[in-house]
Amino acid sequence: MPVKILYFAWVREKVGKVEETLDVPAAVETAQQLMAWLSDRGPEYAQAFARAEVIRVALDRTHVKATASIAGAREIAFFPPVTGG
Amino acid sequence: MAVRVQAEDFDVGAEIKRLTRGRTDIGAIVTFTGSVRGESGGKPITSMTLEHYPGMTERELEQVESEANARWPLQASLIVHRVGALAPGDNIVLVVTASAHRQAAFAAAEFLMDYLKTRAPFWKKEEAPDGSGAWVDARDSDDAALEKWRHPREGGDLRK
Repeated sequence: MPVKILYFAWVREKVGKVEETLDVPAAVETAQQLMAWLSDRGPEYAQAFARAEVIRVALDRTHVKATASIAGAREIAFFPPVTGG
Repeated sequence: MAVRVQAEDFDVGAEIKRLTRGRTDIGAIVTFTGSVRGESGGKPITSMTLEHYPGMTERELEQVESEANARWPLQASLIVHRVGALAPGDNIVLVVTASAHRQAAFAAAEFLMDYLKTRAPFWKKEEAPDGSGAWVDARDSDDAALEKWRHPREGGDLRK
């Protein structure tokens, strides 16, 4: 099932893309697993997700933990801790 | 209740006037304005760029505002956050809370800032005089500031 994946701030810079739509295999069940799967796509991804533990995740524009299931999500975003205000 | 994400500057006085026009039920208005500092960690910066997640940002700000309105008796509230390229001294964020009495307005304004700092998907990048850019790191003190609101009585929840 195609999923829209978005990257922000330094995750975006390292991946070199703002967004992309990918066919994520069903075996990839959580956001954490998706980061590992993405890391295998190339060195730019591996570098972006090298510190996966600090990267935050949003599923369909809602904050979730990295261990959350991504089943049914149409839009998944990866970004550093927020620094607004 | 209103939230706005915009590249343009805001005028604090004009925003207050618009929020309170024709209202006689408001006894207290609190505003917070955040602005760009000209230095970061002792080093000068020449500009700051604010990135955000369109769609999610507005949603998070609306949720934070709803939460404040559920906790305190507010007559009106407003959050304005700027995005894009900013210079030292520029406005970044405006929070306005209006209530019948000052306690609710003070507490709600602080709550809104603490919450939006840790939840709203904005990211700051600072540019140095040599042209290099650095993403601002999230601060542990911002998470600590949020923690106090998890205990409503200590946080001054006037509805409880």
